[in-house]
Amino acid sequence: MALPQISSLRQSIDRPLLFAGIFIIAILVVGTAYTLIFEGNASLLSPTYLILQLKVASFLGIVAAGMMIVVLLGHIDLSVPWTMAASAMLAAAIGGPFAIPIGLGVGLAIGLFNGIGVAYLRVPSMIFTLGVNVMLRGFMVMLTGGFSPSSVPTDAMLWLAKGDIVGIPNPVIVWVLVSIAVAWMLRRTPLGRYIYAIGNREAAVYLSGVNTRLVVVASFALCSVLAAFAGILLAGYSSKAFQAMGDPYLLPSIAAVVIGGTNILGGSGRYAGTIAGTILIVLLQSVLSVMQMPEAGRQIIYGVVIVMMLLAYGRGSKLRV
Amino acid sequence: MSNVRLWISHNTGALIAVGLFLILYIFYSSLHPRGFTSDLFVQNSNEALALIFVSIAQTMVVILGGIDLSVGSLMTLVNAAASELVIGSGWQIILGIVLCLIVGLAGGLLNGLIIVYGRLQPIVVTLATGAVFTGCALLIRPTPGGEVDGDLSWVATNALAELPATYGWWDGDPPGWFNVISGVPMPIVILVVVILVVWLPYRNSELGRGSYAIGSNEAAAYMSGVRINRSKLAAYTLSGLFAGLAGLYFAIQTGSGNADPIQAGTYTLNSIAAVVIGGASLFGGSGGAIGTIFGVMVLRSITFCFRVVDTDSAVGFLANPLLQPMFEGLILVIAVTLGAARAFSVKNRLNMFR
Repeated sequence: MALPQISSLRQSIDRPLLFAGIFIIAILVVGTAYTLIFEGNASLLSPTYLILQLKVASFLGIVAAGMMIVVLLGHIDLSVPWTMAASAMLAAAIGGPFAIPIGLGVGLAIGLFNGIGVAYLRVPSMIFTLGVNVMLRGFMVMLTGGFSPSSVPTDAMLWLAKGDIVGIPNPVIVWVLVSIAVAWMLRRTPLGRYIYAIGNREAAVYLSGVNTRLVVVASFALCSVLAAFAGILLAGYSSKAFQAMGDPYLLPSIAAVVIGGTNILGGSGRYAGTIAGTILIVLLQSVLSVMQMPEAGRQIIYGVVIVMMLLAYGRGSKLRV
Repeated sequence: MSNVRLWISHNTGALIAVGLFLILYIFYSSLHPRGFTSDLFVQNSNEALALIFVSIAQTMVVILGGIDLSVGSLMTLVNAAASELVIGSGWQIILGIVLCLIVGLAGGLLNGLIIVYGRLQPIVVTLATGAVFTGCALLIRPTPGGEVDGDLSWVATNALAELPATYGWWDGDPPGWFNVISGVPMPIVILVVVILVVWLPYRNSELGRGSYAIGSNEAAAYMSGVRINRSKLAAYTLSGLFAGLAGLYFAIQTGSGNADPIQAGTYTLNSIAAVVIGGASLFGGSGGAIGTIFGVMVLRSITFCFRVVDTDSAVGFLANPLLQPMFEGLILVIAVTLGAARAFSVKNRLNMFR
């Protein structure tokens, strides 16, 4: 009687989630051992520290949620950094009550452009979004060069990023809401089903009567809107919208998605894994900086961890013909 | 006749890149205030060579149907290593150069081993190893600096005439035949030598042909008896060698080392763009070093052109430095979209989903 229950439990907790969970605990244990020895306290386990980490993780988490949708299709969005920066900068520059909608609108426009290029012109997403990123950078240099528009976020942006409701920071609440929405979309709506199916074989989905190109456009639009949202939140959090604000988010967001067990070629992966991957990366970066690891060591550990996690569960099957 | 037509159809992308380069470069040198001179050519080829090597490194992997996000970081690592090693007496310099190339080869081999035997996707593996390479580069060179042998720097970045002059090969005047080629920029000499010694033999070897076969259809290549693992390892290792050459040349050119992750990222991204403009398909199975070289030269010529546009002319707005980054991006998008004209010519829509 007990056996089937255990095996079903094992199936419901998939391996990426398990490994990421174990690794998160390992990071906390090592970090706490360090602080106990050198500082004589267990500050890493205090609720303030953990909530602060969740707050920092929420920006990456929102970007990674969007990135995951695109990766599930078998595509990738390299224009995320400047989507974040452009949305936040334009929102701050225009200001007033419409700052946030305008920022999101900028994200939507970028996403539609990406989607049309990938779905209708059939340009490989990697190169198209790369070009869009360069173009956006140029566009913002053009708009902000010569004079400096306001880079101060509006009160609404500040409240959204810095305020809290009964002790829980607003960005974390936003991240939770975004996560519920994305997870529901992926599991319960036709759009989510189409996204997984296209990641497996687009031709088959097309032959089943689905307008696959619209699905691709919608996914890229969602990804960019979420990136724009993260950019707006980040501008509020750092009280300033600036040019390079999105750069540190591109590679970690891809890493969070693949560490979470999503196949980089698309078609499989669970949203819970992306959350675990995000927390893992943020915690790793934070604990390494608590341990005063120099930048060189941080980069090396970061790379080794990604490879090790993937070797543990992300291996492809042998070529069989 | 049909052979010629076949050759053209196989190399359309590369031929377009050559044409585009010629148009852009003639436009540039005719607008240049001093016109086309040997000095100008030397200077321009200096600016292109490091990116050419990085892009060839990327080409090797793209032919397989993979992508390498670590080429820029590996180049940075070798650049940092070179700023420590390529100095001293003659033999020390040669040993330093060899060590730098070994670092490059080892980095490429590491990528290949993880991808082939770990059975992981190249894009995520190289994303991770890129971070490792950047970390190692920062270990070697936490702050920009270091030194590279000055004579070597001078020779490698000037016309060929400086080579015998600097090292005193001939007493008095050089022989007559040398005067004919003495104006050729040294970067071009290096590039031609590398292509003749490394790329062409590889391209025509079993390993090289195997990597094209793998990029076209891995299962079919396997069934045809291509040694998949060996071909892949060779391609990644050689890719590391080219990234190493780029780092080495960059160190020789700048006379110093700089472990700059942002610059590494720029080189990686430009290399992908250059490979695509040079006629390779990101799906694998096509492209080559020669096309990529012209892809880089197209990218670089665009930048050159912006420098010489007359601000008072009809296209004077192109000279506005604030607009240039935007045009560079726009041209990149247009160039890769043109390659996608395929989407409008397919007879059966199913062929689009590849």
